[in-house]
Formats: sequence, C-alpha cells, structure tokens
Amino acid sequence: MIPAPFQYARPTTVDEALQAIAEGGEDVKILAGGQSLIPVMRLRLAAPETVVDITRVGELRGVREDGDALVIGAMTTHHDVITDPLIAQYAPLVAEATETVADRQVRYRGTFGGALAHADPAGDLPAVALALDAEFVIAGPGGRRTVPAADFFVDYLTTALEEGELLVEIRVPKLTGQWGMRYEKFNRVAQAWSIVAVAAAVRREDGHIAEARIGLTNMGPTPLRARATEAALAGADATPEAIASAARQAAEGTSPSSDLNAQADYREHLVQVLTRRAVSAAAGL
Amino acid sequence: MTVTEDAATLAPAKEVGQPRRRKEDARLITGRTTWTDNMVLPGMLHLAVVRSPVAHARITGIDVSAAQQAPNVVAVYTGRDLAEEQGSIPCAWPVTADMVNPGHPSIAVDQVNHVGEAVAIVVGRSKVAATDAVELVDVDYELLPPVLDLEEAVADGADLVHDQLESNTSYHFVFDAGEAGTGTDTEQAFADAEVVVSRRLVQQRLIPAFMEPRSVVVQPQGDNYTMWSATQVPHVLRVMAAMVTGIPEHKLRVVAPDVGGGFGGKLQVNPEEILCLLLARRLGKPVKWTETRSESLMAAHHGRGQVQFIDIAADREGNVKGLRVRLLADMGAYLRLITPGVPALGAFMFPGIYKFPAYRFECDGVFTNKVPTDAYRGAGRPEATFAVERIMDELAVELGMDPLELRRKNWIKAEEFPFTTVAGLEYDSGDYEQATQKALELLGYDELRAEQKRRRESNDPVQLGIGFSTFTEMCGLAPSRVLGSLSYGAGGWESASIRMLPTGKVEVVTGSTPHGQGHETAWSQLVADQLGVPFEDVEVLHGDTAVAPRGMDTYGSRSLVVGGTAVVKAAEKVVAKARKVAAHLLEASEDDLEFADGKFAVRGTPGASVGIQEIALAVFAAHNYPEDVEPSIDAEATFDPVNFSFPHGTHLCAMDVDTDTGMVKIRKYACVDDVGTIVNPLIVEGQIHGGLAQGIAQALYEEAVYDADGNLTTGSFVDYLVPSAADLPHFDTANTVHVAPGNPIGAKGVGEAGCIASTPAVVNAALDAVRHLGVSDILMPLTPERVWRAIHQGGDGGDRATAGTNAYGGAQTESTAGVSTPASSLGGDR
Ligand SMILES: Cc1cc2nc3c(=O)[nH]c(=O)nc-3n(C[C@H](O)[C@H](O)[C@H](O)COP(=O)(O)OP(=O)(O)OC[C@H]3O[C@@H](n4cnc5c(N)ncnc54)[C@H](O)[C@@H]3O)c2cc1C
Repeated sequence: MIPAPFQYARPTTVDEALQAIAEGGEDVKILAGGQSLIPVMRLRLAAPETVVDITRVGELRGVREDGDALVIGAMTTHHDVITDPLIAQYAPLVAEATETVADRQVRYRGTFGGALAHADPAGDLPAVALALDAEFVIAGPGGRRTVPAADFFVDYLTTALEEGELLVEIRVPKLTGQWGMRYEKFNRVAQAWSIVAVAAAVRREDGHIAEARIGLTNMGPTPLRARATEAALAGADATPEAIASAARQAAEGTSPSSDLNAQADYREHLVQVLTRRAVSAAAGL
Repeated sequence: MTVTEDAATLAPAKEVGQPRRRKEDARLITGRTTWTDNMVLPGMLHLAVVRSPVAHARITGIDVSAAQQAPNVVAVYTGRDLAEEQGSIPCAWPVTADMVNPGHPSIAVDQVNHVGEAVAIVVGRSKVAATDAVELVDVDYELLPPVLDLEEAVADGADLVHDQLESNTSYHFVFDAGEAGTGTDTEQAFADAEVVVSRRLVQQRLIPAFMEPRSVVVQPQGDNYTMWSATQVPHVLRVMAAMVTGIPEHKLRVVAPDVGGGFGGKLQVNPEEILCLLLARRLGKPVKWTETRSESLMAAHHGRGQVQFIDIAADREGNVKGLRVRLLADMGAYLRLITPGVPALGAFMFPGIYKFPAYRFECDGVFTNKVPTDAYRGAGRPEATFAVERIMDELAVELGMDPLELRRKNWIKAEEFPFTTVAGLEYDSGDYEQATQKALELLGYDELRAEQKRRRESNDPVQLGIGFSTFTEMCGLAPSRVLGSLSYGAGGWESASIRMLPTGKVEVVTGSTPHGQGHETAWSQLVADQLGVPFEDVEVLHGDTAVAPRGMDTYGSRSLVVGGTAVVKAAEKVVAKARKVAAHLLEASEDDLEFADGKFAVRGTPGASVGIQEIALAVFAAHNYPEDVEPSIDAEATFDPVNFSFPHGTHLCAMDVDTDTGMVKIRKYACVDDVGTIVNPLIVEGQIHGGLAQGIAQALYEEAVYDADGNLTTGSFVDYLVPSAADLPHFDTANTVHVAPGNPIGAKGVGEAGCIASTPAVVNAALDAVRHLGVSDILMPLTPERVWRAIHQGGDGGDRATAGTNAYGGAQTESTAGVSTPASSLGGDR
C-alpha cells in the first residue's frame, strides 16, 4: 500500500536531527534503515506527521573502542555489524545473532539502533543487548543520558526513548576471561523472525561454569533474562546433565504469546530446549 | 561407423531435446517489459477498492460524501450504483444440473459475504488520491454470524451464508464406478473386504501467491474497449467479460502482456476486471487498478480447502478391493469461474495408479464466509493424489506391509497400457516400476533405511523417515467432448497459426497464452525442427485477442500437449503448401520432392532444391506460383485431443524430524518423472523445481488461516509463509520417457507434476519418522508445533492459534486482515 502523506527532513548531524524532531509536530518518526518503519507506514499502522531520516548522520555510524566497552553507533547497519573486527573480537554474540536477521537486502539497510529502538519482541537483537548488559546512550533536547538495557525495554514495541529523543549509540561491555557465546534461533523459514530464540554467554573457569548470561527472544512483550537458569548455572559443573537441569527453568517468569507460529505452552517448551542447546554450545560442550 | 550414423552427425542438431535457455527470460527477470502495471495512458484514472472488514453482514448504509470531496477524487460508487449493470461473475462449470449458484456481484450491494469483498470503489486522478480516499468511506454493517467451518456448515441448523438459499450446499456430485459401468459395486466391495481403513484428511486452503500482483487497465475508444490484464486467460476473459457487461465481444479486445505467474490464481474473471470495464464505459477514460499484496492475499481466489473422508478396502494379502471418497469442498462465499469444477476434476484421480475394482466418489460443494476458492496448480489432482497416497501408507501400516510392496502389488504394470481405470480414464503409457527403481537409486534408499534403523534403535532425538508418492495425473486439458460430458462451459482445443514473412522469418501465433512457462522458447524449438529454419528466425506471438484471435490459454499442463500440437499441425500445413510452390519452382512433381532441413530437393537430382524461407519470399512477390493455389503458405490449425495425457512419476522424500522441537527438515528429495517427450530439459527441470517448491510448501509452510470472526490472519507474507530457495533441499531429479501416444510431439505435460506429487511424499516421510512414537497423522502444514504436539500429546497436532505473529508490530490492519472484535485474534497492539 501507499503510506499516508508526511513531511520529510534529512539532517546531517545529531544536533540537526534533534532540532528536526523538535520541530516536526505532533507525531514524529525517526527513519533509520526503514526496514520496520516503512512497512508499518505502508500498512498505515503508522501515519507520522513528519519523518526525520537520519541515514545521512555520519557520526551515528561505526564501531569504536572506549576503554572496556565497545561503542556501536545506532546507524551501523546489520551488514557492518557482521563484518566488524572489533565486534568479532569482543562481542561475537552480536554478530552471530545479526547474521540470522532477515536476508542480505534487509541487512544492508537495517540498523543495529533501529532494531533496538523498534523493540520488536520477535526481533533478535534486543535479547542479545540484554544478555550482554549493554547501555543505551540517548540524546534529547536536554542533553545525553545513558540507560541500562534492563531499563531500556519497557513493553511491547516500547522503550525508554521519550518523545524528542534519539538513540545515539550502544555501549557493549567487552567480555574478558574465557567466554563462549551462542545465539540459538528457532524459526520456520530462513528469512523469518524468531518464534523463540536464546542468546547465551557463558564464562568457564576450571571446568566449571562461573557465570552465564541468558537473553530470551519472544518469550514476552519485551526481551527477558532467564534469571532462574542463570542462577542455577552459576558455579555449576559444565556437564550436559547440569546444563539440562538448569535449562528446565528457562521459562520461569516468561509470558509468551500464542500466535500462528506457536501457542504459549509450546514456546515455554521450546525455550527450555533452546536454552540447553545455546548454553551447551557456549560452554563448549 | 555406418553410413547412416555419418549422415546423422552431418545433419543440423534437432532443436527438440536441446536445453535452450529461455529467450524471454532477460526481459521478464529485469522487468523491462510490459507488465500491466507499467502501462501509462493519457488521462488514465486509478481505482482503489473499499473492502469489507467483516466476513458476514448486511450493509445498512454507506456514506461516500467525504471521499467524494477528497482532493483529486473523480467519483465514488457503491454496489447500489452499479447494481443494474454489473451482472454476475460467471461460473462456467455447473457440475450438476441442480447446482445452486447464488450469483456473484463484483461489488456487494446489500450483503457482504467475506472479508475483502468490495463495498465501494474510489476513482482518483492518481493512485495516491484514490488510496487516501478509501479511508474516508464510511460503511455501516449489521453483523451476521460467519459460517467458517465446513463440517459445521453442513450440519443441521447451520447458519446460512446466503439466507435466500435452503442450505450451504451448492451441489452434490457423485461418480459411482458401479453405476458408470467402469467398476463393480462399491458397497459390496466394502462389505466383503477383509480390511478397511478409514481416514479423515484435511486439505488446507492455500493462496496462489503469484509474483506479479493482479493488475488491469481498460481503455475506451468510441464504443470499443481494450483491456490489458495480468491474466492467464485473455481469451476466456474476453468472452466472459462481454457476456457479463453486455459489451459486444467484437468491441472488446483483451491483452495479457507479459504476466508474472499465475498458478491458477489468474485463471479467473476477477471482480476488479469487470469493475474497471464498467468504469471505463461510464467515465469514458482509461482506468487502472493494481492490487496490493494484502489485497491479493485477501481477495484473489484461494485454492484447495477440502475435508476428505476416505475409506480403502483390501484383502489381507494387500490386494486393494475398493475405494470410497466423500469430500466437503470449500467453495467460499461465491462460485467463480471453475470453483465447483475443481474438486469434481479430482474425482477421476483418486484411484491414482492402482487397480481398484470398485470406486465411489461423492462431493458436496459448501459455501463459507471466505473468499472463493478456484484453480490452484494441480486443481483437484493434488488433493486426490494426497488422499490416495496417504491412505496407501495407512493401509500398509494396517497390514504390516512395506508401503512400496503394497503399491507395487496394486499398480498398473507396464505391459497393461493403455489401461482403463475404475474412474473410466484410459491411461496412455508409462512404467511405474522403472521410475520407482530409478528414484530409489537416486535417493540412496537402502543406506537411508539402514540409517533410519540405527537411529530408531539408539533413540536418537532426530528421527529419520522416508515417504513415497507414486503418482499420475490427467494433463493436456482437454478433449472437448469429455469437457462437454462434465458440463464444462467450453472446449479444450487449442489454436495456432504460422506466418511466413517475406524475409523467411517466421511468426508463430499461439492461443495458449503463457505467464512464465517459456512457451516462446519451446514453440520456437518445435517450429525450427518442423520447418528446418534457425531457432533465432522464429518469433512467438501471444496474449492479445487481436493478434491471437482464437485460444484457450494456459492451465492444466495443457500448453505443450495441446497448444504445441496445434503449432506442429500448422507447421505441417505450411510445409504442405510450400511443397506445391516448390514443385512449381523446381518444375518437378510434388511426389519427387523430399523435405529435409528446411529444403525441398528433387529426389535423384543433386543441386535441384529450394529452401522454405526462399519460398516465403517467392510467394510474397507472387510473380510465379502455381495456378490452382493462393499466394500464401501461411497456415492455421486447431487441435482437439482425443484423450488426456497421463504423466507419472515416483517421488521420494527423506525427512529428519527433531523430536525435541518438532522441526522437520527435508534431508533428501529424489524424483523421477515421466512427462513423455522432453522438448526442453531445462524448462522441464524448472517446472519440476517450482512445482516441488509449491507442493512441499503445502506440506510444510503454507496455510490461509481465518480467525473466529472470519479475518484472514495470514494476511501478509510475514504470516503466509512462502518458502525461499534457502528453505528447500537440493532436488535430485531424473526422467523416464514413455512417449504420449495422443499427440505428435509425444509430450504429456509437466506444469503441475512436482506440485501434485510432492505433498504426500513429504507428509508420508514425516509420519514414517515418528510412526513408532504413536503418530498416525499430522495436519498440514506440518508446523514444528503440530509435529511436536502429535509426538508428545497424541492426535494430529491440532489447530494452530489463529492470531497473526507479533513480528513487525503485528503486520495486520483492517486492510490486511479485517476488523478486530473481542472474539477475533489479530496480532499486534490493537
Ligand atoms: C523481510 C524482513 C525480515 C526481517 N527479519 C528479521 C529477523 O529475522 N530478526 C530481526 O531481528 N529483525 C528482522 N527484521 C527487522 C530488521 O532487523 C530491521 O532492520 C529492524 O527491526 C529495524 O531497523 P531499521 O534500521 O530498519 O529501523 P527503522 O525501520 O528505520 O525504524 C524502526 C523504528 O525504530 C525507530 N528508530 C530507528 N532508529 C532510531 C534512533 N536512532 N533513535 C530513536 N528511534 C529510532 C523508528 O522511528 C521506528 O519506529 C526484518 C525485516 C524485514 C523487512
């Protein structure tokens, strides 16, 4: 379908972008890669008064190091994330999950920041950001603020981003020590969203699992951490039995939906299987 | 080396059999061609359709005033405005004498009967203007209970789709072999049987999902009209549109420019085609309509949609004794072009390749508050093949027999062709054993069976299964007299003509309009061989009723078998006419002339010869030609087959089933198809691949799902899952060749084979993997959830939740799915 009419601005700096957003009227939408926004506009689920296109804001692109964190610009495309050497070195889980997103064409346009700001419960990157304890740097009329992942995802398609604000960059702590990672995605066809997925990062120490961080995709309106499983794994033996036993708690505290792909009870089952598989792989089993 | 072999190597290679790349592909793939939506005409107006968001309701009021006043809107009409002139979308196949057809308005007048039905139309100066104004039309509905479930629709006291009718049943069609004299008494066969196996199988609704959306442009010129449409059937459309609107047939020209796929979905007279014609007549200006993908999924006809009750009778040794089929076939809300005929066509294919002595088929065509069903690749035959190939496996289990042994015991032997089946069809040629042997080798059957055993014994979480489908189909639609006996409204012949141009180039006009099959290439190969001219010298014209005035178009794997034969017959006439001229020019007797490689030569007189391309010029100049003939070697031919053709094949699928998650993954797929003579192996391979993709998609991915309110919740490609190459396995394909005796080419048709054969092979494979875990059926599509439930909770996997996925923020709106009420389950945050 054809989107409803809208005003259009194309700033080239963050400051210009914030100004364009402020002046855009009642309903302003930021356009990043457009891979989620344009479809919902075409379906007329969204009919913004103004679209602020930030594809020309160069300072929002790219990955850099800042002490013990990686800083990923919001406009870094999925493709650039997959091929970035710093991400490969310090946060391979991000790249692994991003590789499962959609198809090549979508990955060339879609962005890391756009995927996180959209906060689609079936999207793959929010759970990864949550598992890695990423931080979100947000610019607004009053300056910049930083929000931890745990507070960023508020509800279905809703984040801590306020009106007038722009997601600028995402800070991902570099993981040091003997970490293994795995993104286990379950979907029916290759280019589809996750029915359920599990992001796992596991640190091993002397044959034990010292620490496990587990993010869950599409097990509720927001990404979730599998806290009970994480607790059960902390200090556990790195054995198939210990992992399987901990994974059985993966659905605790989740509230998955029932839809064409899966009813809630099946999702609760799937998340246990996928958690077992993701943690086993991340633990090197 | 013998002398004859020498001669053979010197002659130019035959075109038939060459894997020529398709000459039409460059323009089709790049889109640099005349897709209907590319058409721009001066003063052209654009149509947008206001569609019903409810499945069943009386229209109590429509307010179009706001839309009328919107910028660049030219006119807004309701069904009431067009009621007098819109007629009814035609149904050409009254399968029984007392079939009930409630009529099918192009735009609803008093009542809507499915989500997506047109209730008002907006004509704008631009597509944007028309689309924006759609939201301004205000319609009041008085809701009626939606009728959605086939079994409930035929129960006593069911709500009615059409309350002026007595029931939801449109027709009751029966074929009884005992009564027809083609078999023995079915009830007796069942009464006497040692073993009877009965199953209820479900053919879910599918959506044709052609790549190019439907699109139509109508241009009025005086009292003449030209309609361009993305249709499979310009010829059929012309006749029907003339009858519906009263525009005289000779004042209406229909053009199907390049058309991007159809799969039966464009074998239709669409409401929007009629509406554009009516508007062009009213407004005196060109009118265009192109659908969105959401409209296409919601309002273009669907396919399949059957509940099948099937019983098989056999003795303990596995000799089949009888087959009984009772169908509930979903018509949807209305009867479109061949809606009622699709399941009836399948009636003749349920016995498959097996020698059933007794057979009875009954089908109820049932109305529901969903978009109408109609032809979809295979049309009736995939449904039949699925049922018989599934029930053969179930019988094998019941008897404790190997499923292949059971099939072998009952199939028609090579030496028994031609064979008249219990359904009265005369199968032409083939060898089921040979195709099966070849397929087993391609698959590596023995190793896979050994692996299956190992995995079972070790209780591997990933189990392996192997599924069979040994199928045949009736193709080459169709002998006109047979269609007449089935009450179909037209014939099944095809027409072709050949024009020899002065420079010796050749124009071939075919009535069999392609929509992506590669006719231009295959027909050129046929003509190059027949006339002995270079492949490059042949151009194939089609799709325009002013250029190709006679034709029956493309569906039912008919084009090469019927249309190609017409081309060959026309070429034979060209050669016969040219022979007279050649004799005259060479001053020889016709009987002394030999025609080979495009030249007429006088037998025994070396050097005395003239080429057919030279004769074309001589006849054009017309200075010197025989007294008793007209100066033309052009010719036309019409071919009406005497019988169908019967491609067959064996399809084998090896399937991994992850019992932890229910995920199924095709491990290996091998098929051997016998489609008779192969004119172009690349095209045959391509047709098989595409057919396999669609047949596998029915088994694993696709389903049109409606919620309790009658909303189509698979209203976008986020939820209606069409697989891509990444989701499909490598296909190991091969052919056997048993020439079709019914046409001079020897071809049987390949357009639907892959789609018909593959679905049961895939489902049988999945069941074979988990049968030992107590699973005997799983509903299609085999979603991981259904497979998991069948394994761990028993049953057939059950119904899916109907809510659309939340991905995309719930890619569903009123315009993609319908309206949300407390009972409905649309996805997203509404
Ligand atoms: C066919 C297809 C398949 C897909 N499959 C998957 C999949 O398997 N897994 C998956 O995770 N995703 C999938 N996606 C979505 C894809 O990852 C998108 O790229 C992503 O969700 C949105 O990124 P974008 O850059 O395109 O954002 P846009 O569409 O431009 O924006 C999305 C939303 O975020 C807001 N926004 C964007 N940037 C900012 C910012 N810097 N600050 C504040 N707000 C902002 C926008 O206003 C909008 O509301 C798929 C998309 C398509 C089209």
